[in-house]
Amino acid sequence: MLIFEKSSPGRQAGGQSPDIDTRIDSIPESLLRTDSPTMPEVSELQVVRHYTQLSQKNFSIDTQFYPLGSCTMKYNPRACNSLAMLPGLVSRHPLSHNNVSQGYLSCIYELQEILKDVTGMKGMSLAGMAGAQGEFAGMAMIRAYHQSRNDDDRLEVLVPDAAHGTNPATAVMCGMKVREIPTNREGDVDIKALKAAVGPQTAGLMLTNPSTLGVFERQIKEIARIVHEAGGLLYYDGANLNAILGKVRPGDMGFDVIHLNLHKTFSTPHGGGGPGAAAVGVGERLLPFIPVPLVIRQDEQYRWAEEADIPQTIGRLSAFAGNAGVLLRAYIYARLLGKDGMRRVADYATLNANYLMARLKAAGFDLAFDGRRATHEFIVTLKRQAKELNATAMDYAKRLLDYGHHAPTTYFPLLVPECLLIEPTETEDKATLDNFIEAMSRIDEEARTDVEILKSAPVSLPVKRLDDVKAARELDLTWKAASE
Amino acid sequence: MPFIPHTEEDVRQMLAAIGVDDIETLFDEIPDDLKIHELNEVPEGVSEMEISRIMHERANQDGQPLNFIGAGAYEHHIPAAVWEITTRGEFYSAYTPYQAEASQGTLQLLYEYQTMMASLMAMDVSNASLYDGASGLAEAILMAVRANRKSKSRKILVAGSLNPVYRKVARTLTHQQAIELIEIPFDPETGLTDQSSLSAYEDQDITAIVINQPNFFGQLEACDGLTDWAHARDALVIAVVNPLAMSLIKPPGQWGEQGADIACGDGQPLGAPLSSGGPYYGFMTCRQSIVRQMPGRIIGRTVDVDGQPGYTLTLQAREQHIRRSKATSNICTNQGLVVTASTIYMSILGAKGLRQVAVKSHENTNQLVTAVENIPGVRVLFGGPRFHEVVLQLDCEVSGLLRTMSAHGIQAGYDLSTDYPELANCLLVCATETRTDADIQRYAELLERVVGLQSKAPCPVKPKFA
Repeated sequence: MLIFEKSSPGRQAGGQSPDIDTRIDSIPESLLRTDSPTMPEVSELQVVRHYTQLSQKNFSIDTQFYPLGSCTMKYNPRACNSLAMLPGLVSRHPLSHNNVSQGYLSCIYELQEILKDVTGMKGMSLAGMAGAQGEFAGMAMIRAYHQSRNDDDRLEVLVPDAAHGTNPATAVMCGMKVREIPTNREGDVDIKALKAAVGPQTAGLMLTNPSTLGVFERQIKEIARIVHEAGGLLYYDGANLNAILGKVRPGDMGFDVIHLNLHKTFSTPHGGGGPGAAAVGVGERLLPFIPVPLVIRQDEQYRWAEEADIPQTIGRLSAFAGNAGVLLRAYIYARLLGKDGMRRVADYATLNANYLMARLKAAGFDLAFDGRRATHEFIVTLKRQAKELNATAMDYAKRLLDYGHHAPTTYFPLLVPECLLIEPTETEDKATLDNFIEAMSRIDEEARTDVEILKSAPVSLPVKRLDDVKAARELDLTWKAASE
Repeated sequence: MPFIPHTEEDVRQMLAAIGVDDIETLFDEIPDDLKIHELNEVPEGVSEMEISRIMHERANQDGQPLNFIGAGAYEHHIPAAVWEITTRGEFYSAYTPYQAEASQGTLQLLYEYQTMMASLMAMDVSNASLYDGASGLAEAILMAVRANRKSKSRKILVAGSLNPVYRKVARTLTHQQAIELIEIPFDPETGLTDQSSLSAYEDQDITAIVINQPNFFGQLEACDGLTDWAHARDALVIAVVNPLAMSLIKPPGQWGEQGADIACGDGQPLGAPLSSGGPYYGFMTCRQSIVRQMPGRIIGRTVDVDGQPGYTLTLQAREQHIRRSKATSNICTNQGLVVTASTIYMSILGAKGLRQVAVKSHENTNQLVTAVENIPGVRVLFGGPRFHEVVLQLDCEVSGLLRTMSAHGIQAGYDLSTDYPELANCLLVCATETRTDADIQRYAELLERVVGLQSKAPCPVKPKFA
């Protein structure tokens, strides 16, 4: 039932708005609204009950194992939320005077410094509001760099075929063209193809390392050399930093610009699809182009560096200074971990992934890159099951929901058929992983004995499989009262 | 070990199952010379008790000054239930609803949000949110370029009375795609977009016009005429509005003969705290006929195999994970949690409550005008109808006044000369429903003192601390 269907004319949650007559004469009638928008007329309890009940229809990290590959669904510490919501922080206006902002600015400054160190970069801006914006900033800086050298023809961006869909979409937003580089059988970039692709048209290469295939790109130094020698720059998509946090730094690998998804590695909440936050780090060459604002320390005071301080900046990405509340959560998390805790993230995320991979292989599942180490994630391919039993990755995913686990990422990366990209994260205990392995084995058994069990899954959730074709063809995007 | 559940026995068993001796071996594909030896700038970890103390100290250090700044972020009362429910783990720690059957809570909530937001704007459809109002405008401009097939120019007229930072962000995000943003000057007498200045573009191919309501100065624009002017020339109309104001003021879907084509803005006034500028969310609504050009996640109602109603992500063929380089945008994550808060906020207040908040904010700002307009050295710059912000022109420099008033516990407003050199000594002030009569009185008294001292003194009064 929708909230609108619980509405009664004339009901209102009392005490939440000024109890005043809303007729006014200080605005001409021609400028005023005459009708009333569609909103429910309900009590506060009705609202609380409705949305509490809705929340209970969700899977979440707090309630289920959520091994969604490439998304790093780890525990979101409660302290990060409650401390970021302290009244003094949550009520601060973004344009407050510097003399009442030093507490907040010090947190952001320290987070910038921590992230610079852990990534090996020279500058860090936290203005980006999501990974895709961080990517945009990175590519815009690469373009600005070439333009500043009157190297205007470098408009081609090399992207491995396994890359996130945001990579090519971002390159286009920056006015550049995409050229795909194939991946070899072992999951590394095809060096021969890369050598053939670089040239005076190359703006740069976008790379995720560990890659979206769940393996570490072993030839990274060679790749960096080839791209740099051709005059291009290297962009690091930090989606998978969780695998190497505190162990290897993108700056040391040769990357010129990076973005980090703080909602992944630094455990800020995913919130049903955001808000995220992107930290954008740059090496020496791109420092003059870094997005504004960022916090600097001058004469014992913190202040914002803006366009006047960084005249060649690519500009602003957000109305104020990024998703501040998310940044505070990331800061608190980083302080709780400390330097040893960061290294432990990579250690135990990698341990969990390799354990899960080894056990699933032993249970008879096919690995996409058998013989490689898992990083913080790995890929199972169900190509054989799909061909022999007509049981697809989608079917396994939906059946996993019945067993009380969120499904891994399905059908990504696109170049592995019938794939499940599985990322357990470091915060899951062994018993949970064992439980998941048990569920996968049982589903495999069901696929062999009665594939209909998989085809009709899920059966234990609020709805069964939904008709996506109808959703797209007969668009119903807003509720309308029956009388309309 | 914070957040690591493994016992020594677990680790031993897991390593045995993998067939390695230690965890470090699992990193043997990484070249040795790339491995880090020491992090120098990352401090040692602290306990929850210690970080709690640090954060309380920093929050207290900034105090909670009395706030009269708006300029794109507005302080409103948020019912306690809003964030209590929003931060339930099932909303807080879920992700984008890719597995629809396991995400019906978030999906139904977003469908309800789309209904409320589209209706508040009097537009046909809404997406499930973008990052913030400024980047949302950039997306709206890119959308207009795709949607307006009659126009080839990629020229966008943008009201000079629009929030300057929105123009800056829109430029950052669109200029690499050969899109030209042309500023339309505002009338220095009224602070409103000057329709007569549009005559210069009378015979040009214009892709879209961006108009705002209320404008950055708090003044109410004549949107009907601007909308009709644009439509008569096959230009699309992009509305940037304060969503709270639309409970009181004529919404974009009702502007002129046909209404605006795209309406966007920042959803912050509807349940998001000021929080140093974010997370807020960008909303976007449009006409049904151009919905396939809209960026971002969109939720649709459908049925399951048993014919039961359910909700799912739809029109995904527009998006980056399917279309890659041909997607409508690179956007993937949005601001789901803030939208959750906003949906609960709108449900608690209802249309009537929103209008009451809007009217009270309008009245408080008018009350503030009454309290300050006769102060020597203070002048209300624009006289026409306004929503809940006002421009005051002072006899002294604004930056010194802001420092002094801040030192006395009041955030007095926004210095307009930062972005508008022609508005020297001009201060943008906002009094929402959260300001009391006593707050407004205190503001007026301090303003009078500081303006009096600063306009007489040869140098600014020395603040208590800088």
